[in-house]
Amino acid sequence: MADRLEAAVAAAVLPAEEDFAELLRSIVVVARAIFGAQASSVLLFDDESDELVFAAVANEREQHLVGQRFPSSQGIAGWVLSARTPLVLEDVRSDPRFSKDVAETTGYVPKGLMAVPLLHDEEPLGVLQVLDRPERSTFSLAEMELLGLFATQAAAALALLKKARRARAALEGDPEALAAATVAGALERLEGGRREAGQALLDALARVLR
Amino acid sequence: MSEERDIPAWSLPREAAARISLANPLPEKVDRAWAIEGSTGAGVRVCILDSGVERGHPLVGEIQGAVAVTLGPEGETIAEEDVEGDLCGHGTACAGVVRSIAPEAEIHSVRVLGAGFKGSGRTLLAGLRWAIEQEYDIVNMSLSTTKRELGDMLHELADSAYFQRTMLIASAHNMPVESYPWRFSSVVSVGSHEEDDPLVFYANPHPPVEFFARGVDVDVAWLAGGSIRATGNSFATPALSGIAALVLGKHPGLTPFQVKTVLYLISTNVGG
Repeated sequence: MADRLEAAVAAAVLPAEEDFAELLRSIVVVARAIFGAQASSVLLFDDESDELVFAAVANEREQHLVGQRFPSSQGIAGWVLSARTPLVLEDVRSDPRFSKDVAETTGYVPKGLMAVPLLHDEEPLGVLQVLDRPERSTFSLAEMELLGLFATQAAAALALLKKARRARAALEGDPEALAAATVAGALERLEGGRREAGQALLDALARVLR
Repeated sequence: MSEERDIPAWSLPREAAARISLANPLPEKVDRAWAIEGSTGAGVRVCILDSGVERGHPLVGEIQGAVAVTLGPEGETIAEEDVEGDLCGHGTACAGVVRSIAPEAEIHSVRVLGAGFKGSGRTLLAGLRWAIEQEYDIVNMSLSTTKRELGDMLHELADSAYFQRTMLIASAHNMPVESYPWRFSSVVSVGSHEEDDPLVFYANPHPPVEFFARGVDVDVAWLAGGSIRATGNSFATPALSGIAALVLGKHPGLTPFQVKTVLYLISTNVGG
């Protein structure tokens, strides 16, 4: 019981969905800038539906992609997720099937693509993609390692997001836990004197109940 | 092999010692001329454990077998002829890299990817077990799993492959994650170097990654008879599989341990 309520309190003060969205978006924006690419995105693996979902997209004009989903068996991202192996492809447009799949799901057909699996502990959480880097004569392995570093960061963010979602899902249908969470959440959002007063009230309540 | 069966597997009585006299298959100096010169990989059976291989691709040519491995409702292994070909392009790419180095090696595709992500780790395990049962000379694995529970089973499979003379050649992960089976010492693990020559490869003095082969900006076969330029350890791996096929084509019967030693001795930074 105590554990459940403590978990509820923790869930209530976790960052909100929008905070995670912002964190993921900042990761893809930085990835795009570092690689001088046209686009970058994070795809989250939804294990219930076995699909990949666009969780963050760097480009302002492509925000409509966020939330779009496609089967995890499809395309390069699906392969990268299943094989847990990063891939860099150039001239992907010469592969007609690939172009068609991607065009159907994103409305945008890249020429070159870097894709890296997002792995946290044992769990593959999704895929980070960087699309259309400028033409270069040789690809450096250092770039691949850099991409791996970004992937680790994005994976940590995705792991937190999943944890927060699970915690919130657990709260639903549990009125006592929800009540504790609501109080904790409300206290977290109070400021200044009101927060101090709220804290004093809770301390007093804790002393009575002990 | 009947005389070998008379030898006890678990201990060696004095009178049996004389009967296991073995010829040293390696010459005094192992170099590329001895190891691979003139070899086409003919007679060597290479399995591509991946997303399938496109039939009739000009950079791959005829393949000698194609099987799709899936899991049934009870988790049982189902291996049936693969009529779908390649669902992604990656397996075709790997087959093309092997063929470009060992043009006469047999290519057998065992598809373990393509049906979706769920269960892909277990399908990989089932596919590998099936491939080992077929006693291929080389199994090219440009993929891995991060599931620890599967790691133990993969370890056992890798060891049985090693003892029955099936070489597992697997992509190393180029990210700081634990994945399998490339980390096992019974497997040959491969990372990438940045040079253009497909026969240049390096032995790594600091394992677990044991060799570096060509894996950057490689023109590889892809779907619909096409090709793309690709980078990744998954393309370095079939380059080393191709070179191992050349060694085994010229010197059939070498054990995985001996082939690994030959690869070390002829690698570019050692004696090659």
